[in-house]
Amino acid sequence: MSQSPENKKGQVETTGHVWDGDLREYNNPLPRWWLWGFYGTIIFAVVYWILYPAWPYADTFTKGVATVSFQAPVLDKEGKPVKAADGTVEMQTKTEHWNSRALFYQEMQTSPSALAQQEWLAKVKDMSFEQIAANPDTLNFANAMGHALFGDHCAACHGTGGQGVLSMNPEASYPNLTDNAWIHGGDYTKIVQDMTNGIKGNMPAFGALFKGEKLTDLAQYVLSLSHQPGVNEEAANRGKASFATCAGCHGANGEGNQMIGAPNLTDKIWDFVDVSGAPTIDGKLKLVEGVIDHGLQHQMPKFSDRLTPEQIRLLAVYVRQLGGT
Amino acid sequence: MKHESIEINSALLIILTLLVISIGGLVEIVPLFHIKGTVEKVDGIHPYTPLEQLGRDVYVREGCYLCHSQMIRPFRDEQLRYGHYSLAAESQYDHPFQWGSKRTGPDLARVGGKYSNEWMTQHLIHPQSLVPESIMPSYPWLMQPLKYDDIEARMRALRAVGVPYSTNQAEYDANVQKFGKALADQFVISNGVASVKAEAASQNWDGNPKEITQMDALVAYLQVLGTMVDFSKYNQGYFSTFR
Repeated sequence: MSQSPENKKGQVETTGHVWDGDLREYNNPLPRWWLWGFYGTIIFAVVYWILYPAWPYADTFTKGVATVSFQAPVLDKEGKPVKAADGTVEMQTKTEHWNSRALFYQEMQTSPSALAQQEWLAKVKDMSFEQIAANPDTLNFANAMGHALFGDHCAACHGTGGQGVLSMNPEASYPNLTDNAWIHGGDYTKIVQDMTNGIKGNMPAFGALFKGEKLTDLAQYVLSLSHQPGVNEEAANRGKASFATCAGCHGANGEGNQMIGAPNLTDKIWDFVDVSGAPTIDGKLKLVEGVIDHGLQHQMPKFSDRLTPEQIRLLAVYVRQLGGT
Repeated sequence: MKHESIEINSALLIILTLLVISIGGLVEIVPLFHIKGTVEKVDGIHPYTPLEQLGRDVYVREGCYLCHSQMIRPFRDEQLRYGHYSLAAESQYDHPFQWGSKRTGPDLARVGGKYSNEWMTQHLIHPQSLVPESIMPSYPWLMQPLKYDDIEARMRALRAVGVPYSTNQAEYDANVQKFGKALADQFVISNGVASVKAEAASQNWDGNPKEITQMDALVAYLQVLGTMVDFSKYNQGYFSTFR
C-alpha cells in the first residue's frame, strides 16, 4: 500500500487509509513463521492431491497414487466367488486406491488384534465344546470373546451377568441363564441351535377353558407342585384333574419338557413371572392364574445374521458356563 | 469495484461474503451428485412403508438422534459390535437422514431384528425395567394413539424431495418392477391410511392390538432399520469399489 506522507525512516508503513482525519492503520508484514506455515499447508495440499482421492471430474474423481491391499475372493465371470474343491473360497490380493473401506478390509485381516483373534479362532476351530471348556487357555479365550459378545447381543434381555429379568409382568420377563434350569435344554448343541435360529415360545391362553373356581384350583395345584407354603391341599387336589390339559407340554407330573421349552413346574425356579416375589399365597395364585388365563408368548431373535458360526460356538461355551453344571 | 466500496457498504459485504462461503460448500457437495457410485449399487433398499415412516417421524419428534447415531463406520470395533458398516444407499430415502453425531446410547443403524417387539415396547416404556444400568429416559406416552390421518400429506412431501411414493399407474408399475408388488402397494399415496391400518394389524408390534399407537409405528420403524440389504450376497471388497 501507499506510504503515509509523514512516514520517516524506521517508522512502520501504514495502509494509507485515513479515518476521522488522523486515524491510520499499520501495515506490518506477516510474521515469517506464519508465512512459511501458510506455504507449508499449500505444499501439504498438493502432496495430498497426488496421494489421495481429491478432485472430481466428469462422473468420477482423481483417485491418487496411494494404494491399499487386502485379500478378496477370486471372482468368476459372473462375479461369484470361485470355490476350491473343499468348499473354501479362493482369495487373492486386491489392490485399490486409498479409501477407508479398503483400509477397513485391511484392518479386519491384518491388524494385530485381528491376527491374534484369528490365531485363537484357528486353535479352537476343530475342538469340541468339551475340549474348549477343559483347556484353561481356550476356555479363557471363549470366556473373553463370549463375554464381549454377550454384552453386545444378549445382555439387553438376559442382563449383563446373564441373570435375566424376572418381573410380575410376563411380557417383561426374560429367562435367567445363571441357574441350571434350562428351559430349552442346556446342551452345547442345543444352545448353538437356539442362538442360531432363535426361539418362538408359545403357551396358549387357557382362559376360555378354565374360569373362576376351576382356574384357582388349577393354580393351587400348580403351586403345590413346587410345595409353595400356604397352598390349599383340598383345592389343589380338585385342580389336579384340570392339569391333564397342561401335562401335554409340562409333563404328567409338571416336570417340564425341554424339547418344546415347557418349564419345569416342580422346582422353585420361576422363569417368566416372579411368583417367588409375591409375598402372599393370594398374590402367587393371581400371577399363575394370569399366565394360565392369557398364555405366554416369548420370542428370541435369531442371531445367524449377526454372528458367525465360530462366534456362536464360543458364545455357547460362555453361556453354558453361566448355568453351572 | 474499489475495495473501499465493499468495506463501507454492509449489504454488499454480506452478499459477497455469502457468495464466497457458498462456493466453498458447492465445490464439496455438487460433485457428489455427479460422481457415479456415491450411492452404491445394491439390492433391497426401499422407501419406508407408511407405518414405518410415521415411526420415523416419532423417532425424529422424540429426538432419538440426539443420543443414538445411525451410522456404522468402517472400523473393526464397530463391525464387531454393530455389524456391517452403513452404506450411503441405505439412507437414500431418508429425508433428513438420521446419522446423528453423538452416541450416548448405542448405534441403531442395524437394530432391526436384534430384539423382539415385546422387548422394544417394554424398553421404550421403561428402559430400566430391562436394563437396570441404562440412562435412557422413559417414553410411556408412546402407547397413546397414533395420528395417521395426515400420512398422505407426509408421503406427498417426501415424494417432492425424491422418494418414489406413487400417484399414478406408471409410477406404481415402476415401483412393482423395482420393489415388488407387496411394497409397491404400500407406496401408493392415496392408499396411505389403509396401509397404515393394514401394517399395524399385520403383527403384534406393541402388545395392544386394540388400537394403533405411536409405539406400533416406532417399533415397526426400528425393526426395519438396517435389515434391507442382504450382505451375504456381496463379496468382501465389493463396496470399496464405489469409493
